[in-house]
Amino acid sequence: MSARRWALHGALALLTAAAPFLLPALAVQLAMLWIMVTLALTWDTLGGQMGYNSFGNILFFGIGMYASAIVQVGLFHDVAAYTDPAGSGSLTFTPREYYLGLAAGLLAAPIAATLAALAFGALILGLRGPYFAIATLGLGIAGGEFAAAWGYVGGASGFLMPVFPGEFGRRALFFYALAASLGIATFAALRWLYGRRFGLALNAIRDDEDKAEALGLPTVRVKIAAWAVSAFFLGLAGAIFGNLNGLIEPREVAFSGATFGVWMVLMAILGGKGTMWGPVVGAVVFHVTKELFWTYLLGWQRVALGVLIVVIVLFFPLGILGHARRRWPETFRARVEGAA
Amino acid sequence: MPAPMTNLLLFLEAPALLVQVLLDGILIGAIYALAAYGMALVWGVMNIVNVVQGELVILGGYLAIMFSGLGVSAFLTVPLAAAALFALGWVMYAGVVFRVTGKDMFVSLLATFGLSILIAQLINQIWGADVRSLDAELGSWLILDSVVTISRARVAALAAALVLGAALVVFLRTSRLGRAIRATAQNARAARALGVDTDWVYAATYAINGAICGAAGALIAMIWVIHPFAGLVFTIRAFAIVILAGLGNLALVIAAALGLGAAENFVGFVLGAQFQGAFVFSLLVAILVWRSRRLARSRKVLR
Amino acid sequence: MRKAIMFGIFVALALVGPAEAKVEGDTITLGAAVSLTGRYATEGGQTRHGYDLAVKRINEMGGVKVGGKSYKLDIRYYDDESSNDRAAALAERLINQDGIKFVLGPYSSPLTGAVAPITERFKIPMVEANGASRSLFTKGYRYLFAVLSTSDQYLSSAVDLAAERAKEDGRAPASVRLALAMGDDSFSLDVRAGILEAAKAHNMQIVIDDKVPDGFTDISATLARVKAVKPDVLLISGHAKGAATATRQIAEAKVDVPMLAMTHCDSAQIAEKMGAAAEYTLCASQWAPTLTYSDKWFGSAQKYDELFRKTYNYDASYQAAESSAAVLVYVDAFERGQSLDTEKVRDSLAATNLATFYGPVKFDDTGKNTGKPMVLFQVLGGDYKVVAPTKWAVAKLVHPRPPWSKRGS
Repeated sequence: MSARRWALHGALALLTAAAPFLLPALAVQLAMLWIMVTLALTWDTLGGQMGYNSFGNILFFGIGMYASAIVQVGLFHDVAAYTDPAGSGSLTFTPREYYLGLAAGLLAAPIAATLAALAFGALILGLRGPYFAIATLGLGIAGGEFAAAWGYVGGASGFLMPVFPGEFGRRALFFYALAASLGIATFAALRWLYGRRFGLALNAIRDDEDKAEALGLPTVRVKIAAWAVSAFFLGLAGAIFGNLNGLIEPREVAFSGATFGVWMVLMAILGGKGTMWGPVVGAVVFHVTKELFWTYLLGWQRVALGVLIVVIVLFFPLGILGHARRRWPETFRARVEGAA
Repeated sequence: MPAPMTNLLLFLEAPALLVQVLLDGILIGAIYALAAYGMALVWGVMNIVNVVQGELVILGGYLAIMFSGLGVSAFLTVPLAAAALFALGWVMYAGVVFRVTGKDMFVSLLATFGLSILIAQLINQIWGADVRSLDAELGSWLILDSVVTISRARVAALAAALVLGAALVVFLRTSRLGRAIRATAQNARAARALGVDTDWVYAATYAINGAICGAAGALIAMIWVIHPFAGLVFTIRAFAIVILAGLGNLALVIAAALGLGAAENFVGFVLGAQFQGAFVFSLLVAILVWRSRRLARSRKVLR
Repeated sequence: MRKAIMFGIFVALALVGPAEAKVEGDTITLGAAVSLTGRYATEGGQTRHGYDLAVKRINEMGGVKVGGKSYKLDIRYYDDESSNDRAAALAERLINQDGIKFVLGPYSSPLTGAVAPITERFKIPMVEANGASRSLFTKGYRYLFAVLSTSDQYLSSAVDLAAERAKEDGRAPASVRLALAMGDDSFSLDVRAGILEAAKAHNMQIVIDDKVPDGFTDISATLARVKAVKPDVLLISGHAKGAATATRQIAEAKVDVPMLAMTHCDSAQIAEKMGAAAEYTLCASQWAPTLTYSDKWFGSAQKYDELFRKTYNYDASYQAAESSAAVLVYVDAFERGQSLDTEKVRDSLAATNLATFYGPVKFDDTGKNTGKPMVLFQVLGGDYKVVAPTKWAVAKLVHPRPPWSKRGS
């Protein structure tokens, strides 16, 4: 790595660490930004690197969220009593119980999500193209419908997460730290994976699956493994977001196909799918734009969002980094693909 | 005894109920059939999955209510809404959709998704979020000892769906434009080489889809209630039906639509309404997996 | 170069939320995230009109007088798009970035449930007018105050009424059979819980118990079962969409049931929009313009309704009325406590004992209003007439509903 790269990474790391202190009022939104970065990065594993456009990755986000919630509460209380809408408010958590539960939840979430990816992957990864996209869309929505019908986790009324025991100024910082660590870990892990044979296998499937298979690549196993990797990090993201949001609701928070489910796709495309930095840049630009729309376009924000989506898809199909690479190949090519 | 069993036993006590449940489902399925025709047409000819389908249907409903407010009789609103959406379809093609023809299908999925939230929101801004409906004042028939009621508006919708479907088949078979559309669907490049203006064909196809949605919307406003955010119901059902029936055959689309409507209502009756949604989506995934498994045996994939 | 991008982004983020304290100069700014879009947009819009009308009225009357100074009222709005996660995020934004010290509730129980943990964490009071689910009041929240009656009371009054009528007809109330079609949101589920309790008290049997999914677009499967099972009472809850869908499909399928009761018929405007199809339907309501409540701001319930119609060109629904009442409760707490300190205002709110055009407001320990009963309308001659409780009744209940075959046309 060149000195310049070191300096750049150092500056980014510094900015990451300093951001919530520089802008304390925005700490929660900055934590959200890292969640969005994670969503975009994990979507790109299949969508960008492997050429399998999924509309249902939100399934693993939701499964992770519920898995973590059940473990966090279930370690200390009866979950059914806790989620009973007419239940009393007496089920509380000591700080020790909270942190222990959270740690266990953060362990359970990725495991549950990964197992789900292995199972569903075996089921539907034989589909290709739009059929795969539609099947995943169906899975994502069905996940929400089933969670809404499942009384044990509160059904459609949702699941209220345990309350953070520390002061509320600390809470935002705590979750910022969690979300930022997740975002960075996801980036590092994916970058490492893409640099090995596994990354080449993904790209081979994207370029020509039949040929890759004919050359002896175990395509089905690679595809399922790739989905499991992205589910692992999505499950973690779901667990953190569930705690950050405080209330888990099946259709809009956990299995929120029409919001996070589509946004993760848009962010990856906006930044440039199939690149390492693209999803990151896309997530940052998209998140900031969306927040601005919300604040300044009361009632019209979704019109603006619709226009934005159409514009992204029609005019920036290669994404920001894709365009930059085409425009200034020397400056961007090396950096974008990652030298690792 | 578990509730589903009790509900099934109700059929034994009053067999006419089964008629009611299936009939209700079939009559709703007719509306799904309309939305699904249009989707199959656009998908087959332009290779675009039109996610904005449901919103076009809802827009048709709102236009019908608007025309009716201007004093037009309920049934005339159907062709009027169709005409208005024919024009809108053309405009949408010329403004946005032409850019995604010939591109990856995923691009069109996303672009039309963007259009769908745009249109839903515009409807909300223009007409407000109130629940609306259009009363055709047709009443209902009572048959089988008054156990079964058949809404005349729904029967009219079924008739309209069948007539429109038949007209579409005749149009595609015999007219010059229809033949051009079919030629483009089979091989756009060859059609262009033989002098077909494919761009014009695409515009016409998309506009025809708009007209079908407009008619469906006007009918929906007469038999259901509509609101700006109700479009997804139709988009998802149309998806499921087209996946089930394939692209080539309109008769199959109608059969699949009526079947899905009946099955959904039957599930709602036996298991309870809360399971209808989960049923449709699980069915969608199951059909896809099943079709792909069947093809995989001959080492082919679903494309 | 990337650093420059990141820097620009943080500057932009900073622009997103200009932090400013919101009790400054001569204005008190309340904060509210309401549903202007999405599935609660109808009622969310009425909520906003309710808030706005009260603010306008207070300002016309000279504002809020605290510590010898007159403050104008203002409201900072966001659109929560009827979505839980957005309501929570926006509440956080109102408090954290906009410096809002006093929050008004969103529309609906689920969204109030999403906002309450946030206001509680920041120790910021929230007076809400549209979250009726009892689950909101079992969590030990200290800063949550609700001016409306809880949702379990919505249709339990109809069940009681059915029992009463059964007795008059010489039948045992236990012989009354109930059919339920309830939306699967937390409000409707609590309405259902209230019905179950009332049914248990009368020993009644529930013969149909359907949960209708979110959109509430089609209940023909449920209605087919109603026709087969022939219950004595059909109870429906699913916000405005549920009321509109049910009214239409019941008329179309000619479902005969002696008593039909639902929530939200007035916000769905079934009498105005569905005409004959809506006749004889019982509607649970928090408030009616014909009630004889009065106050110093709007005069009477009747006058409130007139002013509302003049301003917004439609009849005041109870959603609008209770939203206006929430603003009045804040004003009363500010002036009574003579302080704008959040803790002091919270204590003043807890001690509220106020007569409003919307009805008496008095909070119990959990923050719910125990001072005000629910009323039941019946749609009669295209109008909503209060038929129960007897104290407020302006018309006599028509029971059983005439069968469709006996009606004209």
